[in-house]
This record gives sequence, structure tokens and C-alpha cells, in this order.
Amino acid sequence: MVGLSRAMILFIVSSGMSLVLGVLRVPNIAHGSLYMIGAFSAFSISTLLGGGNAGFWLALFLAPLVVALVSFIVERALFCHLYEREHLMLLLFTFALMLILGDLVKLFWGADYRSIMAPPLLQGSIRILGSPFPKYNIFLLIIGPLVAVGLWLFTNKTKIGKISRAAAVDMEMVGAIGINVSWVFAFTFVLGCFLAGLGGALVSPTISITLGMDHDIIMEAFLIVAIGGLGNMWGALVGSLIFGLTQSLGVLFWPQFAIVFPYAAVVIALTWRPRGILKSVW
Amino acid sequence: MMLELQNIHTFYGLSHILFDVSLTVKQGQIVCLLGRNGAGKTTTLKSIMGIAPPKRGKILFKGEVVSGKAPYILCRKGIGYVPDDRRIFADLTVYENLEIALRKREGRQQWDIPRVFELFPSLQKFSGRKGGLLSGGEQKMLAIARALVGNPECLLLDEPTEGLAPAMVAVFRDRIRLLKESGLTVLLAEQNVKFTLSLSEYAYIIDDGRICHQGTVAEIQENEAIRTMCGI
Ligand SMILES: Nc1ncnc2c1ncn2[C@@H]1O[C@H](COP(=O)(O)OP(=O)(O)OP(=O)(O)O)[C@@H](O)[C@H]1O
Ligand SMILES: [Mg+2]
Repeated sequence: MVGLSRAMILFIVSSGMSLVLGVLRVPNIAHGSLYMIGAFSAFSISTLLGGGNAGFWLALFLAPLVVALVSFIVERALFCHLYEREHLMLLLFTFALMLILGDLVKLFWGADYRSIMAPPLLQGSIRILGSPFPKYNIFLLIIGPLVAVGLWLFTNKTKIGKISRAAAVDMEMVGAIGINVSWVFAFTFVLGCFLAGLGGALVSPTISITLGMDHDIIMEAFLIVAIGGLGNMWGALVGSLIFGLTQSLGVLFWPQFAIVFPYAAVVIALTWRPRGILKSVW
Repeated sequence: MMLELQNIHTFYGLSHILFDVSLTVKQGQIVCLLGRNGAGKTTTLKSIMGIAPPKRGKILFKGEVVSGKAPYILCRKGIGYVPDDRRIFADLTVYENLEIALRKREGRQQWDIPRVFELFPSLQKFSGRKGGLLSGGEQKMLAIARALVGNPECLLLDEPTEGLAPAMVAVFRDRIRLLKESGLTVLLAEQNVKFTLSLSEYAYIIDDGRICHQGTVAEIQENEAIRTMCGI
């Protein structure tokens, strides 16, 4: 169960990454940094508002928007000028962005450990089948599927979602039917980063917020996206479940080597299906 | 003058493909561009659409210089593009392919999804099917329909009959005639001489990236020498 709620966080973060990867065709290495900014912003906002229920909910709402704003500025000021260039440029840019954002977080929030509390409403635990289960984890189990449904609705039911699916395959032709692809990319990029921020805000009451959390998540997100199928949202869900569940099974059965389990699962999954479990859009 | 190319030179990377190509298309005409494989027909259309912008020379659309503009701007100005390889969005359904290309314009007869379904009934039958699952001929129809719902004034049509059965070719000929009657201007790139000559009044023949002949269709039909010279 803990693994399942961990999987929800992983899903939210990696689905955002997968979205950007699928449409813009670039692995956003700075995705983890945006997740970290999401967590730090959630900390600042909720502390500013004196914790409590209101503080938490506002933080949960505003922190992803802060991240979206940061990504929007970055995209319009710098990133969008690179679409015409080689792909390697985009990749290098996201790498540089990761370093820059990491330093900015250090400047802004310092290197200390931070933590915030879940709101009173979600503190404590309830018993399910005789074992205690933290309320906050249940909350995550609700949010995860909601995000999945929201993303599905976005890509399949909205016009911009359909355009982004078309642009993922043939951006030139999307231009030739009169659509300014640059804005479609901007929107997708910002949405993907928003999800990173949301993941960061959601995870903040469950871990200590610190520098370096960007690197952990980016590794995991990359692996999840790779085993799930590049650019495939359901793949991100499957990958996250595999990753989260093996992680918690590891903790349960062989705690010293718990960290090895998900990676072993990744190796097995990739040997079995090198191109990802579900269809990759690449 | 609807469309005018003035001495354009187009390159792919370092290779020089089009040399000094000039042509004009008047409002309401179907003008065709004939040439053998690799002659530069597709490249000419891509140059107009801004997909392979010319390095030198000018392109005018309704008197306005449009060379160097992005494809999406050209589409918004009223140029529709039907690529030879169709480039249907394979993951989207037929309906969605049309939906995202829909573009309303003021003060003109409007193409919309029901109307293109009337033009190509088989598209309606498959409207919920993924574009990638259509047959080649159906994809051609969809590519034309997708350009039409953008309500262009000038349509760039690249080899609509490539790989089609004779019965299908006749269907496409009828449809393109209908388009002409509705007032659409068409620049048609083709290899199929018979098909083109039955549709249009004026033709340019391109070979090796150069316009080697131009004239009325009747002239080209009669003059065997020109046709052999240009390899069609
Ligand atoms: N992307 C490209 N890069 C380099 N050269 C290209 C490219 N596309 C086409 N060419 C070259 O440009 C020339 C003209 O090609 P183009 O596609 O315009 O011919 P075409 O007249 O449309 O031929 P077809 O009837 O076979 O479609 C050819 O020699 C081709 O090899
Ligand atoms: Mg061609």
C-alpha cells in the first residue's frame, strides 16, 4: 500500500516528463529540478501561511503554478528559440537548466533540510484490513488516478491535446495546417513541468525537502518512462506501479537491499521488452 | 495574380535543387507542374509552403511577398497543402484529423467537415478510424479534405493520383473539377500527363530543377518533342 501511494507520486512526475518527451521529443533533464522547486515552494507557501489546513491546500495549489510560471518564462525566453536547431541543443539546454535551477534553489532556500506537515485533516491513519494506513497515502491514491484521468481527457478530448499528439509525430505538417507549433510546444512543456511541480508539492509532507532530491527523482522518472514506453502516459502509470511496488516489497522482505529491487525490475522489464512495456511514440 | 514565383533557388543543405524557377498562377485556374521523378515538383511546392524556403528569389501570394514566412502563416493567409506522401496524423482519427485543421474564414464559401464528407463519402464511413489505418487512396482523400477544411484560396496538390487505380483516378478528376468550379485556385504537381492535361489549361514542365517549358495544355499535348525532351 505504501508502495502504491509512492507509485502515484512517481506517476505524476514521470507522466509530465513523458508528455514532454513524447511531444517535444526531448528528455527534460531539468524535470527533477522543477519537482524540487515544487517541493520547496510548497514549503515556503505553507510556512508563510502558518501551516494548517489552508496553508497546505494553498501550497498544493500554488506551488505547481509557481513551477509552471518558471517553466513558461524559461520556455519563452530561451527554450523556444532552439526548436529549429538540432535536438542535441535542446538536450544540452535542459542539462544546463538543471544545473542553473539547482543553484538557484540553493541560493534561495539554502542547503538545510526542510519539512512540512500534512494538513490536520490528512494526519494520522485509518485501519484497512486490520493494518494502519496513513490518511495522506490514501489522499495520494485518490489524486494519482485523478491526474491520470485529467491527462487522458486532455490528450484525447481537447483540441490542443489532439494537436499535441499530431505534433509529436509530424510538427511540420501541423504547421502546414495553420497551427503555430511553437505555442503547442510551450503549452505542453508548461503542462509537463506543472506536473513535476505538483509531484513535488504532493511529496513534500512525506519526505524531508532538500537539495539533491532532484537527482533521485530524475533517475527514477527516466527509468519509469523507459520501461513504460517513451511518451506513453499509461506506460508511465505502469512503470510507476512497477517501480513503487517493487520498492516497497523490497522494504518488506529484504530491507538491506530494498533499493536494488526496483532497478532489478527495470532490468527485467527492459530485457523482456526493450522498447517499453506499452507502445512508445518514438 | 494569385501566386507568383520569381526566380527562386532552393537548397536542401548544400545541394542546389531548384534553379531560377518562375511561374504564375491566376485566380481560379488549375495550373499544373509536370515533371519526371526527382525533377523538383515536390520541392517547388514545399518552397511555396515555406517548408523548404527558397534561398534566393521571391514568392508572392496575392501580390504580397510571402517567401521566408513560416508554414502556419502561409496556411492562415490562404494556401492549402496536400503533400505527396499524405502525412496523415496516423494516431488521430479521420474526424480528428479534420477537426484540428478546421479554419473558418469570413466572407467566403465555407468548407466544413460535413461538406468534405459529402465530397468524399468514404471518409464519413471511416470517420472514427485512425488515420494510419486507412488505405493509400483514402489517405489521399483525407489529405485533400484536411487541406479543404482550412478554407484555402489556393491549393497546392502534390501527385493526387500517385499509386491509384484507374477508377479512383477518375473519381479524383471529378472531385478536382468540382473544386475548380467552386472557385478554388490549384497548383497541381503531377507525373500523370493524361490526368493533368484533362484538368488544367496551363502547364509548366520542370526537369532537373529548371522550368524547361511552359504553355497551354493543347500545345503540350500536340508537341511530342517537348514531352520527350522533358522526359514525361
Ligand atoms: N530532403 C532532401 N534532401 C536532399 N535532397 C532531396 C531531399 N528531398 C528531395 N531531394 C532531391 O531533390 C530533387 C527533387 O526532388 P523532388 O522530391 O522535388 O522531386 P519530385 O519531382 O517531387 O519527384 P517525384 O515525382 O518522385 O515525387 C531530387 O533529386 C531529390 O533527390
Ligand atoms: Mg514529389
